[in-house]
Amino acid sequence: MTDLLFYIFSALAILCGLMVVANPFSRNPVTSAMFLVLTIVSLAGLFVLLHAYFIAAVQILVYAGAVMVLFLFVIMLLDIRAEERRRMKLFGIITGLGSVGGLACLLIRTIWNSGVGEGLNPTLEGETRLLGKTLFTQYLLPFEVVSILLLVAMVGVILLSKKELK
Amino acid sequence: MTNIGLEHYLVVSAALFSLGLLGAILRRNLLIVYMSLELMLNAANLALVSFSRFKDRMEDHISGQIMVFFIITVAAAEVAVGLALIVALYRKRASAHTEDLATLKL
Repeated sequence: MTDLLFYIFSALAILCGLMVVANPFSRNPVTSAMFLVLTIVSLAGLFVLLHAYFIAAVQILVYAGAVMVLFLFVIMLLDIRAEERRRMKLFGIITGLGSVGGLACLLIRTIWNSGVGEGLNPTLEGETRLLGKTLFTQYLLPFEVVSILLLVAMVGVILLSKKELK
Repeated sequence: MTNIGLEHYLVVSAALFSLGLLGAILRRNLLIVYMSLELMLNAANLALVSFSRFKDRMEDHISGQIMVFFIITVAAAEVAVGLALIVALYRKRASAHTEDLATLKL
């Protein structure tokens, strides 16, 4: 049952990721954003299979909720319908596909042949309590730094979104 | 008994990362380039979570998930700033294509 769920979720994630990048039916960014939501939800399913329940919940809340709403908001704000179809250069497609395909083959063959997971058993049970305890003891300083980062990002976004940029 | 190991998750992660890289290289729409970046970050998150699940030593094994937590937070901040930059660029140039943004002068 878990194996079947793994295959379903990973196939869904890769298919929807392909649809984000190269959708044969529509060049509309809204379609890509919707497929990105599907990818994120199936990745959350994979996180649940890995017993990372808190991370799965955060993934749904932050990515599928906040980030994608931001994306859709900006897509609706910029009116990009007028310049939907442009020809892509054949040379760029061939070289891009070749290099990325080569990189993917290299990565996957290396992972598959190196036997990186041999003898490893799935040990970690996803305890949210343990995660919170570690986050607030061992990783307290990075946590506070991240809050400063969020503040800086907020100030920067407000400054950038003002009408006249100095 | 399950026989899905670490390799399976890492292969899915590598495939997703390659798809994101392909989108970041090939597509010309800035928003879709940004979505491809998100895809690559998510692939890295999947690799980190699977590493933290399959770990032979018992101590310190939650660190992968904490790393993922921080990555998600930083990605949210990055998306906010990047989309604000795209909106500001669009106001200047009335375009969100990388081909039209090839000069340094605003």
